[in-house]
Amino acid sequence: MMTLCMGAAGIGLAWLALILGALVYKGTAGLSLAVFTEMTPPPGDAGGLANAIFGSIVMTIIAVLVGTPVGILAGTYMAEYGRFSRLTTVVRFINDILLSAPSIVIGLFVYELMVRPMGHFSALAGAMALAILVIPVVVRTTEDMLNLVPNALREAGTAIGAPRWIVIRSVGYRAAMSGIVTGILLAIARISGETAPLLFTSLNNQFWSGNLNAPMASLPVTIFQFALSPYEEWQQLAWTGALIITLTVLALSIFARSLTGRRT
Amino acid sequence: MTIASEAMPLSEQMRARAATVRRFALTDAVFRAVTRGAAILVLLILGGVGISLVVGAWPALSAFGGSFLVTQSWNPVTEKFGALAPIYGTIVTAAIAILIAVPIGIGIAVFLSELCPRPLRRPIGIAVELLAGIPSIIYGIWGLFVFAPFLQTTVQPFVIDLFHGVPGLSSLFAGPPYGIGLFTSALILAIMVLPFITSITKDVFDTVPAVLKESAYGIGCTTWEVTRRVVIPYTRVGIMGGVMLGLGRALGETMAVTFVIGNAHRISASLFAPGTTISATIANEFTEADGELYTSSLVALGLILFVITFIILAIARYMLARIEKRAGA
Repeated sequence: MMTLCMGAAGIGLAWLALILGALVYKGTAGLSLAVFTEMTPPPGDAGGLANAIFGSIVMTIIAVLVGTPVGILAGTYMAEYGRFSRLTTVVRFINDILLSAPSIVIGLFVYELMVRPMGHFSALAGAMALAILVIPVVVRTTEDMLNLVPNALREAGTAIGAPRWIVIRSVGYRAAMSGIVTGILLAIARISGETAPLLFTSLNNQFWSGNLNAPMASLPVTIFQFALSPYEEWQQLAWTGALIITLTVLALSIFARSLTGRRT
Repeated sequence: MTIASEAMPLSEQMRARAATVRRFALTDAVFRAVTRGAAILVLLILGGVGISLVVGAWPALSAFGGSFLVTQSWNPVTEKFGALAPIYGTIVTAAIAILIAVPIGIGIAVFLSELCPRPLRRPIGIAVELLAGIPSIIYGIWGLFVFAPFLQTTVQPFVIDLFHGVPGLSSLFAGPPYGIGLFTSALILAIMVLPFITSITKDVFDTVPAVLKESAYGIGCTTWEVTRRVVIPYTRVGIMGGVMLGLGRALGETMAVTFVIGNAHRISASLFAPGTTISATIANEFTEADGELYTSSLVALGLILFVITFIILAIARYMLARIEKRAGA
């Protein structure tokens, strides 16, 4: 039986090696400077992924700028002001469900909320969908990290006459800083590969676009479109894009883990 | 902060101090209200998701009523929509994925917490968690270009031949080996939920008090007996929670499945046949859907998925919370 368990672990690791191996093998074949400098090509042409990478970065930044403050504030309430309140219990439960809710449903929500009233797809809607995915991750880590801050530190702050918000800002946040940053990095890692919520919010764009009110290309959606196409150049670009995303995500999660030294 | 100088008369000092305290009280109240608002916003988001889906799905629900759930036809031309095929595909793929992933996941967890040499424990644990972080589209593209052709040329013809003529099984594994289909999707889902199940199971295994295990070892139990009779019974609820969490993931997983499911709106007896799932249908057809009823039917599918996963995840969280409470007590 114990040999079986060892075998199971072997299988698990073998899958990881297999997937990464295939990805590196197929992805590096198309890796060149052109991938980062040229636009997505029309079918049958050579080109790059510059506009898709740019779009992904723009939407990720907006999503983080919107989602992080909300997440940190909510986490602060749960760990500081309302640690024992009923609201906290409910929010924690709901937040955990949001954390693993199907992302395509979030996409539908933002479609109903923003795309339909506005009448067109937009990068802003895509960023909002990603922001909704950022919030639960940040809430969770912020709350966990603030809960780890020893109460003696807070009491020391209060004892010298500081009001709670100053204690939270100068003691709580400072002590929990690395943990909160980890949470944000994990959130970025999570959204940088998300495809489903972008399919019908930001849609896709063949060209370079900095307009937030118009459809914008993103790396995952471009991969989706190119991989399912019959054109060889597009499929190659899809593999290369997949490699770029995977490396980014792995780098982010490894960096995030090294920050705290422990999984959160 | 105001530091009252000594030159200031006492009453001045008192007044300055009172003003500072008032200012502090005000900012504190504001900060508290802002954080509370953010916490409530989390609730509003989930509520908003539910409400917007119901509103969006209303035209389809009122047009088809309960028959939406049990109709198989999905015809954009005649605008007759039924959710049975996607629901069937979702449940079948997720169920097979869980059946495969649970034994392997628990096996890895046992290996990590009981057998693995200490220096290897952390690296392997991290590797498994990294597997969880790989975006689903990567599994999709890998499944489409590497895994499906492999299944099509080697595994599927073999299995089809093997069960040819065996009653029951022959229809389950029948038809031409397409490579893509329910079976392939289920395998990829299994790979995807494996890390979730493993890491949660390992976490709950770590909550077993050392004293329990030691006393079992003390009366001469083998590692297997300790695992089977002490660790697993003690953590049963937690393991179930992890399995439910994995099930929630498998049900809602979109991109990996969309690549390899084949997107065919029919229910066939064979697992090797192309099918569809709720999320794959939405991902494939939403942007192309024209007409109020078509879009609305897709949103209704989303609503069904939301309700199913909400229930599954709620049960999972409840179970995990129970074991956490016990570990804390």
